[in-house]
Amino acid sequence: MSQDIALEVNNLRVSYKTSTDDVKAVDDVSFKLYAGERLGVVGESGSGKTTLALALMRLHKPPASIEGGTAFLDGRDLLKLDREEMRSTRWSKLSLIPQGSMNSLNPVIKIKHQMADAVEAHQRGWARGEIAKHIGHLLGRVGLPESVAEMYPHELSGGMKQRVCIALAIILEPSVIIADEPTSALDVVVQRVVMQTLNDVQAQLNAAMIIIGHDMGLMAQSADRLAVMYAGKMVEVSPIGAFFKNPQHPYSKLLISSLPSPEERRELTGIPGSQPSLLDLPSGCAFHPRCPVAVERCKREIPPLRDFSGGRRAACHLVEEQT
Amino acid sequence: MKHAYLIRRVVMFFVVVILAATLNFIIPRLAPGDPIGAVLEELRARGASTGGDSEDEIVAAYRARFGLDKPIHIQYFSFLANTLRFDLGYSISYYPQKVEAALLRSLPWTVGLLAISTVISFAFGSFFGALMAWPRAPATVNRFVPFFMVLSAVPYYLLGLILVYIFAFVLRWLPLGGAYSSGTVPEMDLDFILDVIRHGMLPALSILLTSVGFWALGMRGVMVTVLGEDYLTLAEAKGLPDRRIFFAYAMRNALLPQVTSLAIALGTVASGSVLVEVIFNYPGVGWLLYNALRSSDYYMVQGVAFFLILTVAVSVLIVDVIYPLLDPRIER
Repeated sequence: MSQDIALEVNNLRVSYKTSTDDVKAVDDVSFKLYAGERLGVVGESGSGKTTLALALMRLHKPPASIEGGTAFLDGRDLLKLDREEMRSTRWSKLSLIPQGSMNSLNPVIKIKHQMADAVEAHQRGWARGEIAKHIGHLLGRVGLPESVAEMYPHELSGGMKQRVCIALAIILEPSVIIADEPTSALDVVVQRVVMQTLNDVQAQLNAAMIIIGHDMGLMAQSADRLAVMYAGKMVEVSPIGAFFKNPQHPYSKLLISSLPSPEERRELTGIPGSQPSLLDLPSGCAFHPRCPVAVERCKREIPPLRDFSGGRRAACHLVEEQT
Repeated sequence: MKHAYLIRRVVMFFVVVILAATLNFIIPRLAPGDPIGAVLEELRARGASTGGDSEDEIVAAYRARFGLDKPIHIQYFSFLANTLRFDLGYSISYYPQKVEAALLRSLPWTVGLLAISTVISFAFGSFFGALMAWPRAPATVNRFVPFFMVLSAVPYYLLGLILVYIFAFVLRWLPLGGAYSSGTVPEMDLDFILDVIRHGMLPALSILLTSVGFWALGMRGVMVTVLGEDYLTLAEAKGLPDRRIFFAYAMRNALLPQVTSLAIALGTVASGSVLVEVIFNYPGVGWLLYNALRSSDYYMVQGVAFFLILTVAVSVLIVDVIYPLLDPRIER
């Protein structure tokens, strides 16, 4: 893996405006995405994963708004681009594999036209015949017959639609792909195959990919690094092997101990309590009411995300002493 | 597949038409009274003499002439056969004119006035309604919402009366009624066409203004739903130009339920606008029906009623045939 940075996000903050208060759905998130790597982002529902993805593409809808931060892609801050610049950047540099692939394709337009319009919108100067050939080739690459180009979305199964979305995402060979729960609507068998396809095309393109999800098993198979989000913050970012071997943050530890393992027989432990409401966050570390090792300091100070050896980062007051 | 669908639709069309004709046959015969008796009554009231023949003989002669002496099922089948050949019988008021001739004479006026104003209203209303839901449309567009709501609540005949009063009576900009100036001979020259347009302006405007709100508000509602669909997020993520997203992704999908409403609206255009034609003295199908009702011209009423059902059936058939082209999810 090269160390070229594909996307660098600093102090990104996204809020949902309510009548009384702002809900910080993404709170001071910073991370680097290296060229060609697969960064998994996990977290409970409502931890800000999807908001993060949409904000990076500036597709968030009111009442969500970006409150601050930067997101550099190719030396330009995505959050400062004007509408037209953002439009031309989308898909050509930064593409999306949507969460609800079942409804992500326009029901009344043929697949080939939905793929071709993405090319035409970015004026690559390809001839019609070239585009058609390219589409056929892409469909083949994600394991679909070329005849799919002539079909409408309702004629495809869920897995096929998701493959179309993958083919669509790589049509302009972007440098960053954001996959928002790319397989959550599929059954486990299809999940594995689709994920494999996604990983293959990503590797061929050498694009960086952010995979959002909450399936730790899938992450273990696909991601190079894993970021854990909790209540709008990133609490740990670690290379995938190190993460599973030796998680740093207490939340990560609990996540892993709640996974079943074929090797050892043990009681599965869940995580007591539930994620706090973003409207009413606990003081200090947002995780402290559920944390088994919390100390007095955790109730007072918000732990910053600090760097540790081995390219690891964690946001916990106690981590230093443990490593 | 496609043929089976078409055949089913066409068969359905004929079933509806035959049912309509049957009802048309039954209903007048259920009503009390006897048409021949009514005619004689009227003649007597006008002081006509029976000319020496006994009343029974006259009645029998008339019954024979109109086929009322035959058994009921024979009457039914000959009625059905005539109706399907579009032979709707003689008008009583305009005897010896045939009902279908009168209908065909009024039809161009109704189609010209009502169908055109409905289609314009549909196109404009749908486009405007789509803009009202579009977040990147100019904010002024939404100021029209209350205006449309009020207009769609006003009955068109009322608005018609107001328009006539202001523009034809007080300001005298436009004629009071009719389809063309009396004394002109209908022919296809520029003067006549301009005259027809001048006459059509007020009735068309009253239909347009009252129905455009219906289309606009309906479209706005569907559009809001469509804008929340995942495929719109993906369309935006693809970096498509706004124009493409608006037309091919949002409006294209939001129009589908609107087209269904259009079929029904076109079908009921003729019947629903009787009052407009009456107010504006417009020689269309509605006007024909109004006069037929006033003069108890049973055959004419029956003929117009059948014709109205036919228009609904035809427009539903047309939509059924084109709908699979608009929405590929509908079985072909």
